[in-house]
Amino acid sequence: MTARRFFPLMLLAAASAIFLYPFLWLVFASLRPRDRTFGGQLPIPFRPQSYLDVWDAAPMLTWLLNSVVVGVAAALAVTVSSALVAFGFAYFRFPGRNLMFASVLGTMMLPAAVTLVPTYLIWNSVGLTGTQVPLWAGNLFGSAFYIFLLRQFMLGLPRYVFEAARVDGASYLTLFWRIAVPLSRPALIIAFIFELKASWFDLMKPLIYLQDTELFTLPRGLKAVVDRFYQGGDPKWEIVLAASVVTTLPLIAIFFFGQRYFLQGIATTGRR
Amino acid sequence: MRTGETRWAYIFLIPWIVGLVLFQAGPMIASAVLSFTDYDLIGSSEFVGVENYATMAADPRLARAIGNTLLYTVVHVPLACLLALGLALLLNRITGRAAGVFRTIFYLPSMTPYVAVGVLFLFLLNGQAGVLNEALAIVGIEGPQWTTDPGWMLAGVVIMSLWNLGASTIVLFAALRNVPRELTEAAMIDGAGAWQRFRHVTLPLISAALFFVVVVDTIAALQMFDQVYTMYFGTSQAQQTSGDAALFYVVYLFQQGFQFLHMGYASALAWLLFAVIAVITFIQVKVGNRLVHYEDPAA
Repeated sequence: MTARRFFPLMLLAAASAIFLYPFLWLVFASLRPRDRTFGGQLPIPFRPQSYLDVWDAAPMLTWLLNSVVVGVAAALAVTVSSALVAFGFAYFRFPGRNLMFASVLGTMMLPAAVTLVPTYLIWNSVGLTGTQVPLWAGNLFGSAFYIFLLRQFMLGLPRYVFEAARVDGASYLTLFWRIAVPLSRPALIIAFIFELKASWFDLMKPLIYLQDTELFTLPRGLKAVVDRFYQGGDPKWEIVLAASVVTTLPLIAIFFFGQRYFLQGIATTGRR
Repeated sequence: MRTGETRWAYIFLIPWIVGLVLFQAGPMIASAVLSFTDYDLIGSSEFVGVENYATMAADPRLARAIGNTLLYTVVHVPLACLLALGLALLLNRITGRAAGVFRTIFYLPSMTPYVAVGVLFLFLLNGQAGVLNEALAIVGIEGPQWTTDPGWMLAGVVIMSLWNLGASTIVLFAALRNVPRELTEAAMIDGAGAWQRFRHVTLPLISAALFFVVVVDTIAALQMFDQVYTMYFGTSQAQQTSGDAALFYVVYLFQQGFQFLHMGYASALAWLLFAVIAVITFIQVKVGNRLVHYEDPAA
């Protein structure tokens, strides 16, 4: 191996060790007894008990299921609605198209904070605060970012396929459902997993909309665990650590299954 | 036929049009109106003119929040972008399978929910026994109390933020991959050194991607919430120990709107944030247009 390749490899290996270390610390520390949280590196003495205790200390299983339900609803809603809108922009030529598309790009610039309070008032006026509906239902109307992504993808589909289907008498809905959707699969998967991740990360909306512990999603639940067992008068660090692992693990698993789409999605769109 | 097509186009656009009115334009207008009122959710809203904006000018906690947020952004963005660029350049030096593995490792922290990141760094940055200070002790430095000393808490937040470089690294690495080998090789044959090749060949060709990373990272930094809220807010104990040393703008907006129910004031805060982000992005685009090299489409 030449020096030209050796030094970058060494530096990358060192950087990787630094990036991986916090994960390793988290997992190992969660497997140690509380009085050894900060003592040593390896999970010695080995105490996996925390992973049983954590389910009793807090309704983690309920939160996990809530996160799955909310996440899938949010991702599905945004993918389907954004795909419909994207198809409208990509396939049709109609008066007002540029103006409408400018509105899509325009909302991308708008920080979420600006609409935070009025959006809360809307959900409040229809009596849906305190439920999980506001966590995903806003996604039924498409999201600028995914509309943009999916439109770009659909513009790249060969037009003659659609025209041939039209000649054969297919309706526009058929064009969308039987041609555009199957051919856009990679882009649709990118939209779905990115929104699933965003929903799994979200702390702000659960903080605003949920009071009932039983309805919490994992991040909101983990925040409650921290407030109670890290800061509070009854410190149980091993519970906090195990709960953190439980919150993180599903996403890491999803990442390994959908790695290709994540990397492709980031490289083409810059979304994090 | 033609009109039928237009009708169908609008049918496909229905979700967007409804959402635009209901969840974008409507709330924007409502938020602008609210910012001139005093509204606490229970009583009726009362028009107060520019009072909210006048209050903002004299609000010491807001000044603190703005100061913290800007300081964090100014320190975090250059560090994060330079480190990501460094990692991307290293990845570009090796090829094949190994580069893919390293890239995955660098992205993994970005799959950790921010609440969990906040929790994790409360432990790692712990002043008494945290890993960072233990490492510093090995080289003879007595590390500060990153999570409790008001003078060091922002520094701790910056350190935490540098764990999340994966997305930027991937974007920059992809840009580097698109730099044609012939160009750097031609420069090498012409006798250009490594720095010259980077400065005059590689950097201009990835400047668009680098610019994009800087802008996106700045906008995100200005809206920091999840990690710091997890670490330092939400309970009376947490707030007592940390005070406002880690008060970020969106945290303050959230407190005003949803803890104190000052909905009018929170709306005014939101518009200031919008204005600040718009101005900063505008400046970045102006500066960027001078520095960024875009491939001449006519060439």
